[in-house]
Amino acid sequence: MSRLAIQKTYKLYIGGKFPRSESGRFYAINDSKGNLIANMCLASRKDFRNAVVIARNAQSSWANSSALNKGQILYRIAEMLEGRKEQFIAELIAQGETAENAKNEVLLAIDRLVYFAGWSDKYQQFFSCINPVSSAHFNFSVLEPVGVVAVIAPEKQSLLGLISVIAPAIVGGNTVIVLASESKPLSAISFAEVLNSSDVPGGVVNILTGKKEELVNQFASHMDLNSIIYCGTDEQLILSISELASNNVKRTTFYKKNDWSSDSCESPYFIEKTQEVKTTWHPTEI
Amino acid sequence: MQKKAENKMFKASWAYDEAPESTNHIQLKKQYDLYIDGKFTKPVKGQYFDTIDPSTNEKIASVAEATSEDIDKAVEAAKKAFVGWSKLSGKERGKYIFRIARLIQERAREFAVIESLDGGKPIRESRDIDIPLAANHFFYYAGWADKLAYAFPNRSPKPIGVVGQIIPWNFPLLMAAWKLAPALATGNTIVLKPAETTPLTALKLAEIIHESGLPKGVVNIVTGAGETGAAIVNHPNVDKIAFTGSTNVGKYIQKAIAGTHKKLTLELGGKGANIIFEDAAIDQAVEGIINAIFFNQGHVCCAGSRLFVQESVAKLVIDKLKIRMETLIVGNPLDKNTDIGAINSKKQLQTIENYIKIGLNEGSEIYQADCKLPAKGNWCAPTLFLNVSQSHRIVQEEIFGPVLAIQTFRTIDEVIEKANNTPYGLSAGVWTQNGAKIFHLTQKLKAGVVWANTFNKFDPTSPFGGTNESGFGREGGLHGLKPYVKFD
Repeated sequence: MSRLAIQKTYKLYIGGKFPRSESGRFYAINDSKGNLIANMCLASRKDFRNAVVIARNAQSSWANSSALNKGQILYRIAEMLEGRKEQFIAELIAQGETAENAKNEVLLAIDRLVYFAGWSDKYQQFFSCINPVSSAHFNFSVLEPVGVVAVIAPEKQSLLGLISVIAPAIVGGNTVIVLASESKPLSAISFAEVLNSSDVPGGVVNILTGKKEELVNQFASHMDLNSIIYCGTDEQLILSISELASNNVKRTTFYKKNDWSSDSCESPYFIEKTQEVKTTWHPTEI
Repeated sequence: MQKKAENKMFKASWAYDEAPESTNHIQLKKQYDLYIDGKFTKPVKGQYFDTIDPSTNEKIASVAEATSEDIDKAVEAAKKAFVGWSKLSGKERGKYIFRIARLIQERAREFAVIESLDGGKPIRESRDIDIPLAANHFFYYAGWADKLAYAFPNRSPKPIGVVGQIIPWNFPLLMAAWKLAPALATGNTIVLKPAETTPLTALKLAEIIHESGLPKGVVNIVTGAGETGAAIVNHPNVDKIAFTGSTNVGKYIQKAIAGTHKKLTLELGGKGANIIFEDAAIDQAVEGIINAIFFNQGHVCCAGSRLFVQESVAKLVIDKLKIRMETLIVGNPLDKNTDIGAINSKKQLQTIENYIKIGLNEGSEIYQADCKLPAKGNWCAPTLFLNVSQSHRIVQEEIFGPVLAIQTFRTIDEVIEKANNTPYGLSAGVWTQNGAKIFHLTQKLKAGVVWANTFNKFDPTSPFGGTNESGFGREGGLHGLKPYVKFD
């Protein structure tokens, strides 16, 4: 007996919930033959602004959770992804990847999560220092998360690229708002399901699907975002992000790389990109 | 207030004799040219401006005004010099920087006098803080020049190229040192512009750099105001901008270089919260409050310009603060007794006076120390504002003068929220004898530098810089190298 498969409705991921866009809009994703794969939510500016409020509220408690805890949660994400890897491979293939590339991308993505999970309780030791000041003070510098980070995910390698950028941001205690790959958005939303079952508190990662044209300038100009990471090579977009970021002295990072599979995408310096140095002084003589 | 009356009697009967620092030993020219490509060069357009002594408003010297033509020459010289300087071994680079540190130390007294003369800060501060720290900063980074590989494990740091550096008028020589030393240690070449009201110590530094034998074009020092700065920022052959100054100008620069290859670090304004708990050592805290807001006439980006006092000790702290303020000596910057010198410029004095008016119009209660201000020059009496609220402009905006806004609080959560409620994030202070409270607060406060049971301390080894709208990048320490290197 033939059976009609159940198709998934892809929605946004905001605050640990899966809402539709408040705008009610959508855009269609088709396979190479023009058949509909899914109708994605076309996120609006309002969806984005809601996500910022939620990410801001989630940030301090996420940052205050222990390094060990954050590392275990990242490892948990890897475990959940491992268990569902066949689905992610199939999804990438449906969006046009070859079977081999799809498999490699998913396996690398899992390993990358494990890689950054391991940094959780180590990067601070790598970047911090005690400063031998001349006066009678104990003086030390440590890293602190920059706060709420906007991520414009890479268009290609829509799973591996996404994970390579958000893992170092969240392991460092930031919360993120992601604009998923516009042309290959499925993996990002399926990844949200993984996040949602991995003990990642709601609001730590928020994922929108939609148009760069509509949303990137909103991301870049928002006064309550601390940092923006853009993955891509559109010089016009880089210019407007840089200009709008000056509204509130936002930190900008541009990753122009095409290939997120190389070993060069693994270092604690990716964590440092979304950190601030805080220096503390205290007298040592009474 | 009986104490206050006693204090006044004390003041009247026990006045200090004048103790002015001599100016006989300083060497100043009547006119200063631009330092470009290892030569003191007349500006292309031949224009000069006056630098004046803010304590008398009398002219000290004429200083060249660099236009875009001069900036072209300076950037060209720096670009040419980069080829050799960046290839020189770290060891050799370091030796030049050590030499500059030593030359400053040798002429420290002269530099201190000129700094106070040109900028209005008390000689006690320029002598004990600005000049020694500037020399130490060169000494610190000199030692890094041949050790950069250890600062960035598993990476190969390379110099960026031509660096444009624009510095403020509040710590003229010290800010020049903060900018130049790490840039030189990492192998960059530089075009540096001091502020238009305080160019003299940077120009004296140019003489020292010349004497040090540093290869020509490695450091170029150009003087002028905003337009000169804009010419540096917008020059296509400048590869990095390092700016210290107001948040508004910082935003302008961030926007101006958008879409270019230029790297950027910004050290901008602040509205530092200084928090006094009931379990603090109150007398020490009062000294800390004085130092936090009246150091350098309050012309300090990290000044503790918002005071938060726990309600139970508010009256005590404010009474003691008022009494302490009466003993502050405002006057001749060159007098060794002076605590508070001249306001740096007429323009800045107008800004401060305007904020005092705004504070009064907002309904705040003012208290000013009862001190005699000199007849000539730019002066502002130490000022407190009480009965202020979070939304008041004198609480939200940087005044950059000796004006303190005082608020009270009851709980820790309340004061954290209030302290973090500005767009800035540069500095903060916490005063309590409770260790856990200190660490709780220092972690929660939005700031790049937190002083616990102290305030306004600086050291070459200690990274300094802001979060949020106070800018990005660090100066000082290992972290201060990073803004001046690039990686493959």
